[in-house]
Amino acid sequence: MPERHAIPVRSLLASLAIVLFPLAYALLANLSGETFHVTLATRIAILGLAATGLNLALGLGGLVSLGHAAFFGIGGYVAGIVASHAMGGEPLPFGLPASAQMASVWALAMLAAGLFALVVGAISLRTSGVAFIMITLAFAQLVFYLAIAWPGYGGEDGMALILRNPFFGLATMRPMTFFLIAFGALLAGLAAFAIIKASRFGAALQAARQNPDRLAALGVRPDRIQLVAFVISGAITALAGALYADLNRFVSPSMLSWHMSGELIVLVVLGGVGRLAGPLAGATLYVLLEHFLGGVTERWQFFLGLALLLVVLMGRGGLMSLLAPKGAGHG
Amino acid sequence: MAEPILRVAGLRKSYGGLTVTDDVSLDLRPGEIHALIGPNGAGKSTLIGQICGSVMPDAGSVSFDGRDITRWNTAERARAGLGRTFQISTILPEFTALAHTMLAVQARQGTSFRFFRPTALDRSLRDPAMQALARVGLDGRAEIPAASLSHGERRRLEVALVLALGSKALVMDEPMAGMGSEGSRELTALLSQLRHETPILMVEHDMDAVFALADRISVLVYGRIVATGTPDEIRSDRLVREAYLGEASA
Repeated sequence: MPERHAIPVRSLLASLAIVLFPLAYALLANLSGETFHVTLATRIAILGLAATGLNLALGLGGLVSLGHAAFFGIGGYVAGIVASHAMGGEPLPFGLPASAQMASVWALAMLAAGLFALVVGAISLRTSGVAFIMITLAFAQLVFYLAIAWPGYGGEDGMALILRNPFFGLATMRPMTFFLIAFGALLAGLAAFAIIKASRFGAALQAARQNPDRLAALGVRPDRIQLVAFVISGAITALAGALYADLNRFVSPSMLSWHMSGELIVLVVLGGVGRLAGPLAGATLYVLLEHFLGGVTERWQFFLGLALLLVVLMGRGGLMSLLAPKGAGHG
Repeated sequence: MAEPILRVAGLRKSYGGLTVTDDVSLDLRPGEIHALIGPNGAGKSTLIGQICGSVMPDAGSVSFDGRDITRWNTAERARAGLGRTFQISTILPEFTALAHTMLAVQARQGTSFRFFRPTALDRSLRDPAMQALARVGLDGRAEIPAASLSHGERRRLEVALVLALGSKALVMDEPMAGMGSEGSRELTALLSQLRHETPILMVEHDMDAVFALADRISVLVYGRIVATGTPDEIRSDRLVREAYLGEASA
């Protein structure tokens, strides 16, 4: 029998364009000395990474988490807390050395958020639908109020990082250098998403979303697959949170607020649920709207709402489905 | 007589005051198709649920392949080799027929926690999956998303999944439901061959299919088994005729 693997050329090109956009934007801005716009591109990359993490749970696994701000914020607070300890020369709790190297901050952030995701997931995955949404929200609110009530690390006011954490010998305070670090993390996150999506685990995860009973009847427990995906998802979003803290050199409870969770869902839905470059497309549109329309009117979110409405009404495929409609296969 | 692969003994289930499974005992032997018939509301689906692990019985036991599986969950039963198909075809609408069957192959191998190697070109999944599809005559439709398959093709896909899983026994909930006469005939032929490889316990309303396929028939009325026997015995059973067949053919 002849076998044909249709290569979704248009989808690949669209994804490539979306991925390369922040890089091109940052390079151009850097050449023309507009460092503010380099920072804008960095914001796109980091929010895109955070939403890519959510896309793993939401897009592939069908888990509508309204608690991903918790993972984003945990990543941010880990970066902030490690930086403040390193600055003061105090060791971290549990005798961990206070190395502010970004690589070790990232590992710690992903570990902390991954463990938290394990607890949240183990409990919330006993439910589904609205109950799942509410339990993830409740856990995130728990962390939010904890951050506000804990005066040691800034409480309600948040905490500032005097310098960005170091990344080997690089001058991380230079906007373009930091952009490239964030962009590299974004690429790694996208690669992880693509590889997982195409793997055996990814097949089981997508089956769990479409029909958990069918997966169970095949002998695979859907809740275990979803739990592992939830943990990976939380860890990726935490990596973005750690970068976000370094970008702003500031961490506050707003990173943990439910608005942040909602924003991440908006990015995924706007860009295209389950599509590789969807969340990044959503983040790009979001940040550009916020900047360019935000300069014209305070009510720029009206236009964001309008865009979201259009996307949802026009077939729910997000921006990616406008750029590259889905064919018969899945891509 | 060969030892039964599946044995249900003294099963009971009540919801409040309503007893839906009342001391049910039945078994499934190698090489046979055992049909479970009964009027609507007789408790067939609840019984199937208890055999497959989606409903827990109040009393009694289910043993499979020599092991007591009464308290096992659905996934554990499936891994032990108890396959099932659903009353309403239960498919993954976005997956192609091939992707479904590859998922069944990976489930059989127990390799669902592999994160790296892409499945698309993986021959250790693809080849057994294509073989299973070929056996149900779906190899030419391998790349079609399940949502676009016809009703009859979905039924055959479910059978391919069971073949790919290598199930030791199969529980089918109304396989003929919603099939045209042509589709019913095809599926009947397919299941008739399958029994030697995988014995089948089948709930079915289509009496033509039941009497064409079944080696034994059990009749369930108000949660109780009122008769078990060969098709000829069941046809001539006065109690059954009154309770069920008479009603159906009237």
